[in-house]
Amino acid sequence: MQVSSNQFKQAASVKLADPNVQKALRNAKGKLVVARSRSILELDNFEEIRDAAARIRDFGLLHMDVLLEEWEKKAVAAGTIVHWAETPQQVNDMVIEIARKHEVRKIIKSKSMLGEETNLNHALETAGLDVRETDLGEYIIQQFGETPSHIIAPAVHKSKDDIADLFALKHGRPRLDDIAALTHEAREILRPHFLDADMGISGANFLVAETGSTMIVTNEGNGRMTTTMPRVHVAITGVEKIVPTLEDISLLLRLLTRSATGQSISNYLSFTTGPKRPGDKDGPGEFHVIIVDAGRTTVLASEIREALRCIRCGACMNHCPVYQNIGGHAYGWVYPGPIGSILTPAYVGIEKAIDLPNASTLCNQCGVVCPVKIPLPDLMRKLREQQVQKNLRPWPERLGLRLWAWTATRPAVYGFLTGIAARLGKWLGGRERLLHRLPAAGSEWTASRDFPAPSGKTFRELYAKHRNKGTR
Amino acid sequence: MKVGLFVTCLVDLMRPSIGFASLKLLESAGYEVIVPVEQTCCGQPGYNSGDRKAAQALAKKVLAEFARCDYIVVPSGSCGGMIRAHYPELLAEFPELKAQVEAIARRTYELTDFLVNVARVDSVPGQFSGSVTYHDSCSGLRELNIKAQPRALLAKVAGLSVKEMQQPEQCCGFGGTFAVKYGEISSRIADLKCEDVQSAQADALVLGDLGCMLNIEGRLRRRGDKNIRVLHVAEVLAGMTDPVQDADRRTAG
Repeated sequence: MQVSSNQFKQAASVKLADPNVQKALRNAKGKLVVARSRSILELDNFEEIRDAAARIRDFGLLHMDVLLEEWEKKAVAAGTIVHWAETPQQVNDMVIEIARKHEVRKIIKSKSMLGEETNLNHALETAGLDVRETDLGEYIIQQFGETPSHIIAPAVHKSKDDIADLFALKHGRPRLDDIAALTHEAREILRPHFLDADMGISGANFLVAETGSTMIVTNEGNGRMTTTMPRVHVAITGVEKIVPTLEDISLLLRLLTRSATGQSISNYLSFTTGPKRPGDKDGPGEFHVIIVDAGRTTVLASEIREALRCIRCGACMNHCPVYQNIGGHAYGWVYPGPIGSILTPAYVGIEKAIDLPNASTLCNQCGVVCPVKIPLPDLMRKLREQQVQKNLRPWPERLGLRLWAWTATRPAVYGFLTGIAARLGKWLGGRERLLHRLPAAGSEWTASRDFPAPSGKTFRELYAKHRNKGTR
Repeated sequence: MKVGLFVTCLVDLMRPSIGFASLKLLESAGYEVIVPVEQTCCGQPGYNSGDRKAAQALAKKVLAEFARCDYIVVPSGSCGGMIRAHYPELLAEFPELKAQVEAIARRTYELTDFLVNVARVDSVPGQFSGSVTYHDSCSGLRELNIKAQPRALLAKVAGLSVKEMQQPEQCCGFGGTFAVKYGEISSRIADLKCEDVQSAQADALVLGDLGCMLNIEGRLRRRGDKNIRVLHVAEVLAGMTDPVQDADRRTAG
């Protein structure tokens, strides 16, 4: 996907002013936050499960090399054809090559965020292939010609009316007003494509080392059809998705669906272990898995490695006060919200996403809800430090911080300057005791807020008087 | 027992009454209070802006100034959280300071936490005729588990009743430098907080962090709400709820 993360501020401003987006976001926030908070009550040891999940993910990351080789051995034994891709470009090239070899014309896709990273649909279409998204949200987004704004609810920024208009236009049928009817119509439109597609493409939520399987978690059933109906199936997934055992998967699933949508369990869990075997009723004749690096091993070797624990539930964005107000598109790449503010600079380059690690209040609501305990604010702070070390911050900010540190380590100078500021502020605040306009960086504050004026003298001055009086 | 009062830079500059209220509460709980006069800032602005060196210089300064105190009390969950939750990581590069850093992290308390869990006060001097709604500031809540403490203390204030808002734990959008780097987003988040505060229909909004106070009050006033008072929990507990008058009184004396 094109990276537009450095237009974050302007994009956020547009979203803040869009009443449709605001309404859709408000609606989604209510539903997802409440659903999660209810469903975790079903677990009486939720915090212990989170600890265990973090350990499982860390174990997988720490032993990634060994576990991936074990996975490959099992997968190959089951008949899977395994590919290793270092870059997004290689992923697209590999998929196109497989498609050419099998004379594929039509491809159906189940959801893949990694496919968004590599801009797979565009590459496939450019190669002359017909690509159909089959996840309902992804289908809607593809029809709009947009990109997902959320990792599990790609069309969360659209209202029912937006979608009703879209379907009437694209399907050439009478406009429907009922969500169930709209969904039914999408099924009818999609069904023939499932039946005559030559190739299916999916992602994978996890790779199971002990069985050599890929695994996906879905609700709509499109994932099951994508992985079993076409004659060729290609799964693409990142190296970090490796998990040692099925038992580990069962623990992670207790957290994944609850954190994502508030469901105790998803409607479908699909494990794929090799292609169709003799005697199997269905399944692809050929099953390819492309294991992708695309920046992950660099993150693994860095101070933000915990970000790779992510199991893509979306809870951090659902609970983020910034995401809740601007939605996902402003973040400018595949992954929005707190986890996106870490993965985007890590995968596309720190200088291409300067705003993201800074565009957080560090309220840590994300860290509190993360099912695998990624210390998201700490990682954002690490990236802020890297920006400073690489001289990527604007000079007025650097100068301001330097001056602040210089004075704050010199109490006499500090006391003198704050004494002036306290008096000046009080005088400017007048009888209302409010400052309506501040200069320089302060103007961002006073554009939409007043600034309560200081009360006139500093604590240190008043305390010195108070103490003198006391001892006299 | 010597308690060091870390006033915080914002309180020093903006609203000294919070510092004096803290002093009064600690003294009336029977502690000898030391206020190191050289104190300035805990280093959080630098730390959260990626200027690790600046933050380290200030953290070392705090370490030295409060070395002789049995406890360090801070009328801010944010600055208290900085010392307790972040100094160990910030100063990890200086192994020679390890013992000192661990000690200060262990001995530092947010004001209401200290009054409830260390001082175990039975009563507070303040009285307040009216209702308040309490906002849980993020750092205090999620780094120091400050939630029940201020409410337990407010319940002891004569004449005061608490009216909870719908989402007291929702961030107000301040976020330190975030408020000036992303003012428009910050202000929108503050708007939602203001709506929640207003719908609680209390006479005052009370909270434990001056940064969030400035943000929420600033947005409330710009929205045209001149009525609801915005007070620090220390001011309410100490019965010093008119900061300007209080400061004037002190300077007049």
